[in-house]
Amino acid sequence: MGAQIRVYRQKIASTSSMRKIFKAMELIASSRIGKARARVSASLPYANAITRAVTAVASQSEVDHPLTTEPESIRRAAVLVLTSDRGLAGSYSASVLKQAEHLAELLHKEGKDVKTYLVGRKAQAYFDFRGRDFAKVWTGGTDAPEFETARELREVLLKDFADDFELGGVDEIHVVFSQFKSMVVQEPTVIRLLPLEVVEEESETPADELLPQYEYEPEPEQVLDALLPRYIESRIFNAMLQAAASELAHRQRAMKSAGDNANELIKKYTRLRNNARQAEVTQELSEIVAGADALNG
Amino acid sequence: MSELQVEIVAADHFVWSGAAKLVKGRTTSGEIGILPGHVPMLAVLAAGDLEIDPISGSRFSVQVDGGFFSVDTDRVVIVADNAVMAGSAPAGNR
Repeated sequence: MGAQIRVYRQKIASTSSMRKIFKAMELIASSRIGKARARVSASLPYANAITRAVTAVASQSEVDHPLTTEPESIRRAAVLVLTSDRGLAGSYSASVLKQAEHLAELLHKEGKDVKTYLVGRKAQAYFDFRGRDFAKVWTGGTDAPEFETARELREVLLKDFADDFELGGVDEIHVVFSQFKSMVVQEPTVIRLLPLEVVEEESETPADELLPQYEYEPEPEQVLDALLPRYIESRIFNAMLQAAASELAHRQRAMKSAGDNANELIKKYTRLRNNARQAEVTQELSEIVAGADALNG
Repeated sequence: MSELQVEIVAADHFVWSGAAKLVKGRTTSGEIGILPGHVPMLAVLAAGDLEIDPISGSRFSVQVDGGFFSVDTDRVVIVADNAVMAGSAPAGNR
């Protein structure tokens, strides 16, 4: 009997110390989430300006740029998967990876090869464990992405895009990431980065506003040459920032429910412990009474 | 007199916005000065300094390392990869 009480005590002690950790992680996540969201909105003016400019060039000038023209046949597609470095974020990485699996399956069905690029240790672990191939992985800093990383990603992806199929080049590029819609809704999303479909996102300019007829300096081709890599960079960076905000939101929620569960467990074990203690007292009492009776009788 | 509405944005943050009389920049093919009433234009910026002459306050410069800028109907949007304000910009324009 005594042993049982000790077991309950140990469980209560370990659960409370875990609860402290959950609480701390929840607080850290919620303090960082504000910063992550601020970064998402700080990157918006740049993204808007660049989108506007790309839309203007792409819609006005009859420039055939390799980045905007659809190849006749798509034989290989690159998929960039943005996950987190660390776990304890609930279903965050798993849901993104699931979405990536869906996409890969779809692409395979269309007869395309898939070349995968990963961001985050979780994705790497997932692929390593299953013995799957991936082209390259970036780890570190998924919860606070640097613009440099986005630039590096863009360089690698564009190089692949420019390469021929025989040399391992790809004909289209997809990005799978968790879109940050609000604090409670984050959705795994797939966007096709290349060939480009210029989309106006969260732009303040009304849709019916006409774009002016620009003059180009130097030539439209060169302007597009300079613009498109930046546009791609900004979209990748935006995806990374949203993924980071989603990761933190997921982590905050996961830690909140872990803390709640810890409370439940502590309550349950406390009851069980009290029960066991009471049972012990009762048993001792009845033993004493029975012993006294035996002596008297 | 009309004025230019200038906005400078860098990749991950907003740099400056305000009204200006003149914006001077360096494109890949040479220096360019923009005054109010300039034709709409889209140009690639070379690394170097931009000079901005705001309506209120004194002229200041911003160091950029590439990017592009667009001008349409007196609205100038400068999109820089990396922009560093040199010296102090007139306050109250952010």
